[in-house]
Amino acid sequence: MPAAGYLGKPTSRVDGRAKVTGTAKYAAEYDVPGLAHGFVVSSAIAKGRITTIHTADALAVAGVLDIFTHEHRPKLASSDEAYKDEVAPPGSPLRPLYDDRILFSGQPVALVVAEEFEIARFAASLVRVEYEHEAHVTDFEAQRERATVSKQDEDPTPSTARGNPAEAFERAAVRVNGQYRMPVEHHNPMEPFAATAVWEDDDRITVFDKTQGAQNSRNYVADVLEMPRDRVRVLSPYVGGAFGAGLRPQYQLLLAVLAARALKRSVRVTLTRQQMFTLGYRSANIHELALGADSDGSLVSFRHHAVGMTSRFEDFQRDFVHWSSLLYRCENVELGQSLVKLDQNTPCDMRAPGGAEGAYAIECAMDELAYAAKLDPLELRLINYSDKDQIEDRPYSSKQLRECYRQGAEKFGWSDRNPQPRSMRDGNELVGWGMATGIWEAMQVPASAKAVLTANGNVEIASATADIGPGTYTWMTQLAAEMLGVPLENVTAKLGDSTLPDAPVEGGSFTTSSVGSAIHAACRAVQRELLGLAQKMAGSPLAGAKLDDVVFAEGKIRYKQDESREVSVADAMRAGKAERIEKAASAAPNGDSKYSHYTHSAVFAEVKIDEQLGVIRVTRMVNAVAAGRILNPKTAASQILGAVVGGIGMALHEETVTDQRFGRFVTRNLADYHVPVNADVHAIDVIFVEEKDEEINPLGVKGVGEIGIVGTAAAIANAVYHATGKRVRDLPITLDKLMRD
Amino acid sequence: MNNFEYTRASDVADAVRRIASDPAAKFVAGGTNLIDLMKENVARPSRLIDITHLPLDQIDETQDGGLRIGALVPNSDLAQHPQIEARYPLLGSAILAGASPQLRNMASTGGNLLQRTRCLYFYDTTTPCNKREPGSGCSAIGGINRMHAILGTSEHCIATHPSDMCVALAALEARVLATGRSGERSIAFAEFHRLPGDTPQLDSNLRADEIITAIELPPEGFAKNYTYLKIRDRLSYAFALVSIAVGLDIEGGTIKEARLALGGVAHKPWRNREAEARLEGAPATRENFVRAAETVLREARGFGHNDFKIELARRGILRALAQAARGTPQSQADKRIR
Ligand SMILES: Cc1cc2nc3c(=O)[nH]c(=O)nc-3n(C[C@H](O)[C@H](O)[C@H](O)COP(=O)(O)OP(=O)(O)OC[C@H]3O[C@@H](n4cnc5c(N)ncnc54)[C@H](O)[C@@H]3O)c2cc1C
Ligand code: SF4
Repeated sequence: MPAAGYLGKPTSRVDGRAKVTGTAKYAAEYDVPGLAHGFVVSSAIAKGRITTIHTADALAVAGVLDIFTHEHRPKLASSDEAYKDEVAPPGSPLRPLYDDRILFSGQPVALVVAEEFEIARFAASLVRVEYEHEAHVTDFEAQRERATVSKQDEDPTPSTARGNPAEAFERAAVRVNGQYRMPVEHHNPMEPFAATAVWEDDDRITVFDKTQGAQNSRNYVADVLEMPRDRVRVLSPYVGGAFGAGLRPQYQLLLAVLAARALKRSVRVTLTRQQMFTLGYRSANIHELALGADSDGSLVSFRHHAVGMTSRFEDFQRDFVHWSSLLYRCENVELGQSLVKLDQNTPCDMRAPGGAEGAYAIECAMDELAYAAKLDPLELRLINYSDKDQIEDRPYSSKQLRECYRQGAEKFGWSDRNPQPRSMRDGNELVGWGMATGIWEAMQVPASAKAVLTANGNVEIASATADIGPGTYTWMTQLAAEMLGVPLENVTAKLGDSTLPDAPVEGGSFTTSSVGSAIHAACRAVQRELLGLAQKMAGSPLAGAKLDDVVFAEGKIRYKQDESREVSVADAMRAGKAERIEKAASAAPNGDSKYSHYTHSAVFAEVKIDEQLGVIRVTRMVNAVAAGRILNPKTAASQILGAVVGGIGMALHEETVTDQRFGRFVTRNLADYHVPVNADVHAIDVIFVEEKDEEINPLGVKGVGEIGIVGTAAAIANAVYHATGKRVRDLPITLDKLMRD
Repeated sequence: MNNFEYTRASDVADAVRRIASDPAAKFVAGGTNLIDLMKENVARPSRLIDITHLPLDQIDETQDGGLRIGALVPNSDLAQHPQIEARYPLLGSAILAGASPQLRNMASTGGNLLQRTRCLYFYDTTTPCNKREPGSGCSAIGGINRMHAILGTSEHCIATHPSDMCVALAALEARVLATGRSGERSIAFAEFHRLPGDTPQLDSNLRADEIITAIELPPEGFAKNYTYLKIRDRLSYAFALVSIAVGLDIEGGTIKEARLALGGVAHKPWRNREAEARLEGAPATRENFVRAAETVLREARGFGHNDFKIELARRGILRALAQAARGTPQSQADKRIR
């Protein structure tokens, strides 16, 4: 790729000004004439049937327009297929207001629509629902023995076995085993889930929705309401964080559109923070690990069994276990996982789903093994370093993990660590240093984009992807400016609109690789046409040049070898009488790649813990990441910083607590559900290790949205052990767990 | 949230008249607690009487050399008032340990006293709760009770009072000034909040027709040897698991007067005169601190998840007494525990 200087340069968000000045509008902020407001009534029980819904009192409130329930609603599709969105797990998705069945506590059972939000909310409090209770089962721990291997699993099963791990374990000179647990976590993005459905006429609707995929939302709502997809337009130009909660269409969308169509007027539905705890969540998970090694630390046996949870109606499962076979050489391996079905909503992806959980358990177990083998934890990783993906039996397209370890350790000062637990202190505080490895998939999925160059030198670049915060608008702008040789200011990036060229949901850290490759292809097509126009000019200085021989910079097309041979883009377009050049393109991953694609990181943490009171401070973190080419080091570093903060939360704070008697999450607001606050976040150093990857995609990018959270909780947990000599295996690590003997 | 009427009180007498005429009405000051409870249908006042325009936002010296703090003085202003910083740093410190700057800007002195418990079930109208709905049962007993009380509980309620400021006020032996139909009265802080007993719906002894007009601090502020140590689940912006307010008057290594109040452990800021008396006249030594802590916690009992609070409170008391005796009070900015 030619380098005009935009890519790879720290670049402030092109939408930053709009966001901080408030002109960037979010789903709940669109005001349209005649807007009505919906408020959701949520189920108070976890399982059973609705016998009666008393709506008379609520309907009598002045300003109430209608109340939708399973008994009073427009027609909804009756096949599971219609409710299955692009990222639905196997099963029968929830059908909001479809029938009288209650599948989980907090399920939407009615929508009150009124002239004003306050009226709707008040009237909603007057809706009385009578239930026929059935005994619910929500206790993950208690049901653990009932876990089964998902029969519905469409992905290749993550279970795998090689060699003879049981026998090898018995023979191993060093052995550790342990159980690790992570509770349910909720995403809790700042922006509440909301949809503003703008009614146009009987067969058209436009919706501003909080979603990570405008087209996924469009297809879902059109299919469920049995409308042609091209009559529905979904927009989500700005998203106030999502972390996976907005991958699947959430019920505010269907309810807003359903009400708008029934009432023939625009309707907004905004969920409360409490209701956001009724959406998907990170499944609780339990891991059992047994590791055996030779006395020199070489792994001889690695067994990892994990249990996750899901709803009764869908099998949501992410791979907790295969990561160790990517990171560490071992001949005798057994990996498996199973699922417990509970009367809860279906979990959903939450930042690095599967990887964050798996790495937590694996990296803590490796830490335990390091102590047992009397080896430095970092050295143990290097001894077992794997250059091969042992599941697929193939090499990596690139893997600069060794460099991550080296640069991270150097920045952190790891070599000064006293290996002995409880050996380092600072006044009343015990000091602990811990480390862990991070790994995440570098995926690419099919996507399309469009590039339009107009004669005045302006470029528009568009794709139906999203920008949930990582800076998608910004790198799209940088990429187009770089490839077409125009200033950043001349480029407009468009996204978050279902009418734009097809793109998948923004998730899985695959947007830059997928949409970036499509934009790259579209810009290449524009370049090709421009070069053709330039070459048709009489006496063209670029005659005979191939596309790879020229560079687009400063509004010119130049010969790389001889920079004096150039044609201005404007002249070329004028000569060719081209007012605008518009090119659409798609890109898909290379299906016959002989390589595995992953991002890697090395995470180092320092904690200081009050010896008597167990109060933990994470005083320093270093996260060294190898993720291919970094298009925008500024926004990419923000991704890592945010994810590390998420990892601090995972280690020390986050936990959604269920009261099993009610089958209900009882920590339902941000005073009770803790995430780190400023005081919990100290120095975080992000290092991007140089990693060239020419195989992976034309841009050489891997994505950085999730890698920052993987390994972070383990590094902190390992630091806590180093500080205190206490191994707390159940997250979050709270002070009472440290006080226990 | 229910429909309610909004009215504005023109003066204290008017406020009393309005509240007395409507038992379902509520005063609103900063609104940081009441409005949240209304949004969740926990509080359903028929009428909000806005008192924010009343002239109760002054801080004045009293005749006996103490301080009188108007009920509408915002928590932020109070914490940063020069008299508080100089003479009652324990109070300022406790306020700064609570909530967030934004909330403290809104929160009033009177409202802080009357903020309601943070019990999970109190906030969730789908679950039984005696405090919200007398007679419905206590979900926290046998439920999720990590944040709950270990002292002064009853079989009807084990909730805690969540305020930090009040813990310092209890230690300082402040008085609450209230005006009702029968005039003004002054309530000793220890008498202001209640234990749950069999009336957990009542948090305080303020009468239904009364408005808090001010808090009075006695002259002694223990500015030399004090601390407010708050232990919580994250380093800021979290309610106390256990908090300890200490004020000591030490002369030549001997404690002349001791104040020790705990937050996060009971339905009211917890003081134990016997424990304080054990410290008085004794040298400020670890052994004496241990004895005081044992006295405070002698009758403590846990309910499962909160069992750890007993040991945490013991260790916290020792640390806080040491901080106060040393003259190195806990900083609320630097979260390292001194
Ligand atoms: C997320 C969050 C975190 C918080 N964290 C903490 C914390 O860590 N520590 C802490 O101490 N506090 C904390 N708080 C609570 C905060 O301190 C209180 O909400 C605040 O002090 C209440 O004051 P207010 O003026 O807003 O009261 P309001 O909400 O206006 O009123 C509260 C109650 O007091 C009554 N009332 C108000 N003024 C008077 C008066 N003059 N006379 C009679 N009745 C009156 C009202 O009728 C109402 O019943 C937190 C609050 C929130 C929302
Ligand atoms: S502890 Fe008190 S407030 Fe909590 S559920 Fe029991 S009665 Fe209600």
